Amino acid sequence: MSFRVFVPSDSAALSVGAGAVASVIADEAARRGLDVTIVRNGARGMMWLEPLVEVETPAGRVGYGPVRAADVASLFDAGFLTGGKHALSIGVVSEHPYLAKQERLCFARVGVTDPLSWDDYCAHGGSRGLQAALAMSGADGVAAVTESGLRGRGGAAFPTGIKWKTVLDTAADQKYVVCNADEGDSGTFSDRMTMEDDPFLLIEGMTIAGVVTGATQGYIYVRSEYPHAERALLAAIATAYERGVLGESVLGSGKRFDLEVRRGAGAYICGEETSLLESLEGKRGTVRFKPPVPAISGLFGKPTVINNVITFASIPVIFDKGAAFYRDFGRGRSRGTLPIQLTGNIRRGGLVEKAFGVTLNELLHDFGGGSASGRPIRTVQVGGPLGAYIPESQFDVPLDYEAYASIGAMVGHGGIVVFDDTVDMAKMARYAMEFCAIESCGKCTPCRIGSTRGVETIDRIIEGRDRGAQVVILEDLCNTMLAGSLCALGGMTPFPVLSALKHFPQDFGLGPDGLAVAA
Amino acid sequence: MHSDQAQRIEQSIERCRDLPGALLPMLHAIQDDLGFVPEAAVPSIAKALNLSRAEVHGVITFYHHFRSHAPGRHVIQVCRAEACQSMGAESLLARLRDRLGIDLHGTTTDGAITLEPVYCLGNCACAPAVMVDGELRGRVTDDVMNEIIESSRGAR
Repeated sequence: MSFRVFVPSDSAALSVGAGAVASVIADEAARRGLDVTIVRNGARGMMWLEPLVEVETPAGRVGYGPVRAADVASLFDAGFLTGGKHALSIGVVSEHPYLAKQERLCFARVGVTDPLSWDDYCAHGGSRGLQAALAMSGADGVAAVTESGLRGRGGAAFPTGIKWKTVLDTAADQKYVVCNADEGDSGTFSDRMTMEDDPFLLIEGMTIAGVVTGATQGYIYVRSEYPHAERALLAAIATAYERGVLGESVLGSGKRFDLEVRRGAGAYICGEETSLLESLEGKRGTVRFKPPVPAISGLFGKPTVINNVITFASIPVIFDKGAAFYRDFGRGRSRGTLPIQLTGNIRRGGLVEKAFGVTLNELLHDFGGGSASGRPIRTVQVGGPLGAYIPESQFDVPLDYEAYASIGAMVGHGGIVVFDDTVDMAKMARYAMEFCAIESCGKCTPCRIGSTRGVETIDRIIEGRDRGAQVVILEDLCNTMLAGSLCALGGMTPFPVLSALKHFPQDFGLGPDGLAVAA
Repeated sequence: MHSDQAQRIEQSIERCRDLPGALLPMLHAIQDDLGFVPEAAVPSIAKALNLSRAEVHGVITFYHHFRSHAPGRHVIQVCRAEACQSMGAESLLARLRDRLGIDLHGTTTDGAITLEPVYCLGNCACAPAVMVDGELRGRVTDDVMNEIIESSRGAR
């Protein structure tokens, strides 16, 4: 009898020992004379259970986690190859409440399939969106994206259909599709997981963008901090060329699309789309003035579709199942689903894909199970280092672009970083300014100079030197950065700073009214 | 510059010079090969791409990833971003600096370890995270750190 065992090759799983677990399982199976095939799948996104080992049984795939190399012998003893009971057993993985309560459109295959198998990809619904797109006119393809209500998932939430229409309607001898895979926000890894655990999905989404808008060359700009994702993409692209998905005739359609991976070099600012284009051109990653927008004059001055990984990953399902299917998820002007990343000080951290409208209370408690430390959750930062710190009183605000904007926060790329009650919010505000100073491209003054002055001003507040006056200066400085910066780095660094100051004034030595307390 | 090094730099330049936007791939090729981008490589790169040396220098120094000096035999990058901070990354880093007797960007006197900051490794649900010679590590405790240091010092 032969058995199939799944051990993830996602880098988060590898980071906590999945590689060693896989090799010990292979050794143990050989020692016991058992016929075991080990499949290296992606991660399911239940990161607290990693390394999560799964076994195929008639009842479904049964999971065990977190498995250490030292647990492997006892798993064999317990008969895990047929789903036997063990202290680490979590039952049938797909029935786990963490997964069963999700609405996975982008992440439907992630953790289920072998990321580098094109056949596995197609057997689980892959490539159908591309086939549909190839049968459509460019105008119909753009209309489908527009009708789906999809907005840019990188953080800016710009309607994707408008970008694509502009590229389609701009005549040029060469057009480009660029994927922004410079996922630099702390508390985010949905792009990384997509690239490592379902890379063909990104390839399919970008190829659809090329076919629809008439672009023939694509680039994936992946950050240098993601070497594992880069390797997965290179392997998947090579397979896609072999199987005729990429190249001179996409799936035999006669339409050309080529795709190349380019590596970033550790600059957060290159997640800003115009900086990224500068970097792709081989220059310093400084922000460009807009207009012209990249859809008209982008990479090498040509019309360019530039979207985030998750935006492209949302495309195939729209073409496969229709714009209306996608639009029916979500609420208000936030349509579809968002892969949310639960991170930091959280008991059950991981990836939760839900329709827009879920609340932090559901995410932190129902999914997350409270803090990892067991202490009360004091605040969460949503949307990366430029996102606001949200106090418990706002944990019931529905997660959608407009509802978050109305409380001075932003959804961003869907990263949620949890802090317990030991956090010092004055320190976090100082860090926000320090990070901006480290990562500023230097082109505009409010960001370049303002961030350094911000660190100094917060230092004076923390030290209690003329605290009342310094708070006024800090707020004034934040307003200058908000209104006067060229891009979101300088323009949104005030969000974490001002939200920390507003909701946690006591950490700055201030009274509840935000005024300095008399010494 | 050793002639061997010069030759390897020329090979990297030749491999990348015809790519559109060739400078970053070229710098990566050199650093992947040598561990850093030597100052002495700048004139050849500039000549190959018809850029000024100032432009090439400007690009190398803009990006945190590129180094102008050889690192230690092993590079440990410690994540300092918010998610890792929420799980004690700053105190982990402070203890590491004490233990190694170096500051960020420094190299231990035995040449074994270079310590670098990094701002997010995408392992935020398994914080705190570090990267050792390109390999990601998660849920890093002092014990894990000790094991990393021992094996870095042991392996040559």
